[in-house]
Amino acid sequence: MRARFILTKLVGALSTLAFVVAFNFFLFRVVNENTVESMFRGRNLSPSQIARLERQFNLDGSKWEQFTAYVGQLLHGNLGLSMKDFRPVTTVVGEALWPTVLLVGTSTLLAMTGIFFGFRAGWRRRSGYDVGVTTFSMFTYSMPDAWLSMVFLGLFASGLGLFPTGGLEDSGSNAAGLAKLLDQAHHMALPALVLAIAYIGEYTIVARSAMIDTLREDYLQLARAKGLRDSEVRSKHAQPNAMLPVVSLSALNFGFVLSGAIAVETIFSWPGLGQLTRNAATGPDFPVLQGLFLLFSASLIFANLIADLMYGRIDPRVGGR
Amino acid sequence: MSVLELHDLHVTYRTDGGSVPAVRGVNLSLDTGDTVGLAGESGCGKSTIAGAVLRLLPKGTEVSGKVLLDGEDVYAMKPGRLRAVRWTSAAIVFQGALHSLNPVRRVGLQIEEAILLHSQQSARSARIRVGELLEKVGLPAGQAERYPHQLSGGQRQRVLIALALACEPKLLIADEPTTALDVMVQAQVLRLLEELQREHGLSLLFITHDLSVLTHTCERLAVMYAGRIVEEGPSTQVFADPQHPYSRALAAAFPTIGDPASRMNPQGLAGDPPDPSALPAGCPFHLRCAVAAPECSSLDVALRPAGAGRSAACVHVGATDV
Repeated sequence: MRARFILTKLVGALSTLAFVVAFNFFLFRVVNENTVESMFRGRNLSPSQIARLERQFNLDGSKWEQFTAYVGQLLHGNLGLSMKDFRPVTTVVGEALWPTVLLVGTSTLLAMTGIFFGFRAGWRRRSGYDVGVTTFSMFTYSMPDAWLSMVFLGLFASGLGLFPTGGLEDSGSNAAGLAKLLDQAHHMALPALVLAIAYIGEYTIVARSAMIDTLREDYLQLARAKGLRDSEVRSKHAQPNAMLPVVSLSALNFGFVLSGAIAVETIFSWPGLGQLTRNAATGPDFPVLQGLFLLFSASLIFANLIADLMYGRIDPRVGGR
Repeated sequence: MSVLELHDLHVTYRTDGGSVPAVRGVNLSLDTGDTVGLAGESGCGKSTIAGAVLRLLPKGTEVSGKVLLDGEDVYAMKPGRLRAVRWTSAAIVFQGALHSLNPVRRVGLQIEEAILLHSQQSARSARIRVGELLEKVGLPAGQAERYPHQLSGGQRQRVLIALALACEPKLLIADEPTTALDVMVQAQVLRLLEELQREHGLSLLFITHDLSVLTHTCERLAVMYAGRIVEEGPSTQVFADPQHPYSRALAAAFPTIGDPASRMNPQGLAGDPPDPSALPAGCPFHLRCAVAAPECSSLDVALRPAGAGRSAACVHVGATDV
């Protein structure tokens, strides 16, 4: 039963991915018929040059031929070439991957502390603590992260000069080891804080309402009747149940880690996937954009799969046990 | 000494819509080995009494009067003492068809938790005890590894009974333990409760809306209406010869088996139970009462003697014109 559950989820994820590959391919072919001409607009290209470029970017032949060629390349881990500097898309994307994982991953982990606050607020519903936490969460949740970025930038970076205004590390720095790490942390502090504040409200609100949903359950009454302390009733009986929706949310949000921070990365000139996306869109650099879209979709599908499998583990009613 | 005594118990819930008096002056006493049934329609306050005994009512609920467990006032206990008394002096058999068991924890662990909480023993011996308890209620010991959703309604109810027995309480409060079970399973669960009660000399407070269930299981019967006991006495007598018109209506709602006249014509009771937050003046039952007298709309009668070991709260009781 369990193997069958995993297999079902796996097949589901793979077929979604296959659909995304096809959709993603044709989307960019539909968006612009004469990609090469529009890309190299203003330059005088001879028909033979155009033909060569079209071959290089897999734009010659029928759509079907292009598609099979694309899939063939994809299976070999080849996403084509960037139209900007003719480097492989995998290299361009690969360079930007780690800074984003570092920034958004860190802030997502920071934001997950909101689960703790949300559980406590839900448990002590309508208390002063609850009102405070909920108000704060609603406020930060509805605040645009681009706006907060600029406030922080003006206040702490250009204003007080406590933090650098942007970038991954000091330019021209050749620090290594711990010094390099500290330098990067210094650069990351503001954008990570902005993102953590932007994300924390969602975790808090979801955790709070999940906790409130469990408060009325009869098994909490039974746990109390057994003689458990209030804190034990919460931690042993309420929290494991309230955790279920929170796990789904967290796993899904990890799927958004890669694509989550376009505005903030741009404002803080953070050389990650968000900034790359923006640059590729303004280029326009279709192969890079196509590669990014595929990566974002794939990571979301993967996170969904993980959410399903984890759900099957923590909720015995799911997952054929 | 009494295992459980309720003295003039009043419970008032505080809601957004105002205060709701759910229990309005209940006196009840159970000695060791006593079996008492508490019957009444939903909303009459019978389940509130179960919650009141172990102080499980929601925060802000007003409780006055006294609840004595083994002579000790439950509402004067410090939190630590209260937690120690819960499940050891009195345990509750909750309704198993609903969600009394935690869905994400194995049932064995939920029983084990109670054992470990109230005794100094190793997890290993507690697990052995869990197996014994499950076998005692007619389940294989291996069912401890199951999650609640893997058990049937009847099995879950048995688990809840095993759980209630885990700390060997003197008093068992069964709060509608057979509701939502099919009739065959109901009978099995009842028989199990009766056996366990006899075997362990337990005192049993059995709460249900099903009067016929109570007459089999309980020696004494208390019928509740609108937060009060309106009739009390030996259960066979109360069922066969009810003194209060409400008990009469409840008893008549169950056809006598083998009596075609009653089977073809079961007597229901018209109207709904009164809203506890807006009780009518006088006797709260007079609007639905078949034998209401003019004074019933202003006169609220307390329990009065109605024969040997019996009492009822009705103007007609003790009078000759019934």
